[in-house]
Parts: sequence; structure tokens; C-alpha cells
Amino acid sequence: MKTNKLFFAIVALLLVAIVVGCASPTAAPTTAPAQPAATTAPASSAGAKPYIPVISKGFQHQFWQAVKLGAQNAAKDLNVDITFEGPESESQVDKQIEMLQTALDKKPAAICFAALDSKAAIPLLQKAKAANIPIVGFDSGVDSDIPVTTAATDNVAAAAYAADKMATLIGDKGEVAVIVHDQTSRTGIDRRDGFINQMKSKHPNVTVVDLQYGAGDQLKSTDIAKAVIQAHPNLKGYFGANEGSIIGVLNAVKELKKEGQLVVIGYDSGQQQLDAIRSGVEAGAITQDPIGIGYKCVDSAVKAIKGQTLPKTIDTGFHWFDKTNIDDPTISALLYK
Amino acid sequence: MDNQIVLKKSLFRSDAVQRLLAFGALILLFIVFSIASPNFFQFDNIVGILLATAVNGILALGVTFVIITAGIDLSIGTVMTLSAVMTGVFITFWHLPVPLGILGGLATGAIAGLINGSIIAKMKVPPFIATLGMLYIAKGLALVFSGLKPIYFNDTPEFNNMAMSSVLGAVIPGFDVPNAVLIMFGAAIVAGLILTKTVLGRYTFALGSNEEATRLSGVDVDRWKIAVYTLGGLFSGLAGVVIAARLNSAQPSLGQGYELDAIAAAVIGGTSLSGGEGTILGTVIGAFIISTLSNGLRILSVPQEWQTVVTGTIVILAVYLDIVRRQQQ
Repeated sequence: MKTNKLFFAIVALLLVAIVVGCASPTAAPTTAPAQPAATTAPASSAGAKPYIPVISKGFQHQFWQAVKLGAQNAAKDLNVDITFEGPESESQVDKQIEMLQTALDKKPAAICFAALDSKAAIPLLQKAKAANIPIVGFDSGVDSDIPVTTAATDNVAAAAYAADKMATLIGDKGEVAVIVHDQTSRTGIDRRDGFINQMKSKHPNVTVVDLQYGAGDQLKSTDIAKAVIQAHPNLKGYFGANEGSIIGVLNAVKELKKEGQLVVIGYDSGQQQLDAIRSGVEAGAITQDPIGIGYKCVDSAVKAIKGQTLPKTIDTGFHWFDKTNIDDPTISALLYK
Repeated sequence: MDNQIVLKKSLFRSDAVQRLLAFGALILLFIVFSIASPNFFQFDNIVGILLATAVNGILALGVTFVIITAGIDLSIGTVMTLSAVMTGVFITFWHLPVPLGILGGLATGAIAGLINGSIIAKMKVPPFIATLGMLYIAKGLALVFSGLKPIYFNDTPEFNNMAMSSVLGAVIPGFDVPNAVLIMFGAAIVAGLILTKTVLGRYTFALGSNEEATRLSGVDVDRWKIAVYTLGGLFSGLAGVVIAARLNSAQPSLGQGYELDAIAAAVIGGTSLSGGEGTILGTVIGAFIISTLSNGLRILSVPQEWQTVVTGTIVILAVYLDIVRRQQQ
């Protein structure tokens, strides 16, 4: 008897949930539970404002929060409605495709899209094209000619710049190691190749002795970096290709008490990295302009809606920052904690 | 001749064999890596291996109890993350004293375990499903409570010191083994005592060997099951405190996937997924095999894709050896 009641209670609850779910066709995405309600204004209540869904590669990292801020600023300035969502991890290609499908179903004015896997998204992008919904790529972009433009950092150039800095700081010869977040994503590949190829072609006396992937996981990256530093006693420098990777390197340097003995160069920002740069443990880092990426993708979408022609790519730029310029207003505006 | 066979059989029958095999494998790994690279058998690198084992080892201790009852706990990784985040909330956001914050982190894990156990024992939801649900719940809550940002412990350096300074180093100069390693060994000793010397330990085995018989002999099976999952949750809570202290921050987005490493450690150490068998020593050795393997392969600069392949092979090999041993019995 008791279990029966419980069973009916659960069934009743589920029914209510289904009814409520159906009644609001633009229910907020379930994978983004902590989105403030204001950013997920449903299309139906948008009135005359054009609606532009922004589908990113993630939402829980600081970087994506900064992109979101930029997109929101643009939405305010240009009087459009946006929603911002992304899958929980950068391996969830399928979830992102679902988000894109849902966005298309809402018949938006345009879509901003940062593809986890360009090829997987192509059928949906063609559908968008057929429906005359302009697609604006951002961050890593989309390998296809469907997007009207792509607002992104030139990661190859940025990582090559990091390689030049590294070479200068270690006296243009010696051993360096690289830790990257993953071996399949566009940013992972571009930053890895940008750094390594620049070393090979411009700094022949610098050898990249080790390359590992830490999934951007701080603990795993720490243990990896420790082992690599152990394995190469003559190591002079370490390059971490995203925030999680470089935090691993910083932890490893600290745990091995090698502060100041290695030239550490990072990417993006975050509290821990900023502290390390201020204290001199980290020589410096490359920062992208996440707020600019967010702003420019919405801005381009609005231009596309109005029928303006856009350049094929919009370089949102990168900046080198270290102890000397970390507090410059132009730099500090790009950094997140 | 007969004697030899008997001896062989009794040796294989002994529970110690799996541990001996695992221990032998660990020693073999050390020898191979030491020969292959002069940088492997260095004090700092051994400490690195010990430290890399700490979090996974503590998680594996908890899941060992659960697996011995023929259950499974998929939520340990994200419950660890949630516990780390709650420790951050208590210490950094609410400015509670560090020891209270740690207790809060441990309690978070235990409560998640209590809920797991209750859903499994009282609502009869299979452990795989119940803890899969908890995996998502804990992951989501960790993101909610952290506000999607890492929580740092910069105002309370004693929290990081708790895990990363070295009590041993103060006693024996130069022997700087971080406290996080001692915490893992301490937790292993406590887990070993609970499993072998207490009523809870006996019922853990009884549940896994034959739950129905245990129930029929008048044991309150549900209660003990809840106790086992709560204990597993408590170890996840401890792992959460240790990972937060080591990283000096509660990182809300890591944790998923850690449960599989912990389960692999228990299985390599001879814990049977069909229940009723397992030891703490085996699990600790299993955890060391995983971290030694990945450390050694990194030292040799083996590409990471292949490191993953090797780990998978070892898991299958370990379980196969276990099956061979059973057939010999």
C-alpha cells in the first residue's frame, strides 16, 4: 500500500512536470541550471526585438562567462534579445548539436555558434542557410562557408608569440615542455602547433622535449607537469596552453619548490594565474579578448540581419601580459578572476 | 607430487594471492621504470607518485566497501567535487574556522552517501541508477553553490598547509612527504580496521556474499546497506577536502571520470564486482599501480593516448588473473 501511494505520487509529479514543460515551449536549457533568468528571455516574449541564440562551447568556465558578458553588453547596446548556452564539457558534441537544433526550432533572426565539431554541425547549418537564418561563428569558428563571418582569436599566431617570448626569456636555447588541454579541439591543435612550429622554424636551439595533454583538469595537469619536470632535469621553460593546464604547471613548480627556476608561460587568466604573474613565478601569459569575442559575434549577427556584408573573419586579437602591464586598464579589462 | 599440488592449490585459494600478484606487479613496474629512466627512482618523483595516488586512493577506499556489498557507486567523483565546493563555501564564503569547514566538507560527502543508501535500500532503486542520479545531482549542485567559479582559499593558508606541508619532514629532516599522503594512509588504516574488525565490516561481506541469507538470518539489511553507502560518501568527502587543499581551490568543473579510476583501483586490487570479496590493502596497491603506471609512462614521454590504452589493458589483465585464480580453486 505504502509503495503504491509513493508510486502514484511520483507519477503525478512527473505528469505535472510534463504538462508544465509543454506549456512553455522555450523552457530554459536543462544543462545550464545556473543561468540567470534574465539572459534566457524566451523568444515568444521578445516582441519586436530580434532574437539571437548564442551557442558556445561551454558555460561553466570563467572564459565562457566572460564571452557571455560581452554578448550581453552587445545585446543591450544593439537592442536585441539573446540567450547564452553551452554544453558542460568540450567533449559533448551531441549535446551541442541538440542545442543548435532547439535554437533553429525557435526560428531566430540569427545564430551565434562556436562549434565543438564543425563537421557534425553541417547538416543543421545547411538547414539554417535554407531558412535564411545567418550563422555567425565565434571562438574556434566553423569549418564551412555557411557562416557569414567568424569572430575569433588567431590562436596559431598567439601561441607562436608565446614561443618567441619563451625563447627570449631562456636565452634562445635549451629544453622546454608543453602541456595542452586536448589533442582534438581546434584551440588545442592551434596552440600546440603554433608554439611548436614557431620553435622549430625560428628557434632551432630550443627543443620541445615533452608534450602532454591534461584535459584542462587542474589535478591531472599538476601530476603530469610534476612527472615531466622530474623527467627533464635540464628543463628551462614550460608552456601551458589554457587555464587548467597552466595552473597544473604552477602547482607542480610550487610543490617541487622550483619557483623562479623555470620560465612559465600561460594562456588566458583566472585568479591563480594572475597571482603567479604578480609574484613572478609565471613570466607572463597570452590573453584573448573573451568579452570582445562575445560582443563582436552578436554585433556581427545584427549586421548580418540588416543585410550588411561582413569580412570572412574578424580577428578579436590577443595580448601578452606580464608583471609590468597586468594593471594597465587595456589589459585588466580583458582579464577575469 | 601430491603435496605440491595441494600446496599450489592452497596458495591459490588464499586471498593473499591476488594481493601478492598485485604487489608483485607494482614492484615489477618500479623495477622496469627505474631501469628505463634515471629520473624515475628519485625521492621527489616517488613523492609525486604518492601524492598523485592520494585523491584516487581515498575515493577507492570508499568504493571498495560498496563494491564488496555487490553494489556500485558512480557518484563518488562528483560528490568529491561537491564536498570540495562546500568546504570552500564554509571556509571562504562564510569565514567559518578551517576545522569546521573541513567537518562540513566531510558531512557533505556523508549526507550524499546517506541519500544514495536510502534510495537504494528503501526505494529499491538499483545502485547503478541511484548513484548515477547522484552523480548528476552532485555535479549540478557543485556548479550552483560555487557560482560557476573556482573558490580559492587564499585567506586561509593553513588549509593548503594541512595537505601540503610535511609533518614527517619536521620529524625526519629531508623526508618531506606531504601530509596528504599521510591522510591517505591514515584513511586506509581506518578503512582496513572497519572492514576486518567491526560488525559493519562483517555485514559488508555478508551483504555481498548472500544478501537474502543475511536478511533471513534476522539482520536489518537495509540499515547496514545505508551505513555502507554513507561510509563511501564520507570517503568521497575526505577526498574532496584533500583535493581542495592540494589545489588551494575548489574547482567545480572537475570530478567526473574520477569514479572510474577509483573503481579500477579497487578491481585491480582484487575486489570482486560480484561482491563478497575485497581488501583494503589490495585497493591501495591497485591505486598505486594506476598512478605509478601513468607517472612512469609520462617520465618516459610515452604519448598520452597510449598511456590510456595501457591502463585499460592492465584493468582487463587484473580481472582475468582473478578469474583464472577462481577456476584453479
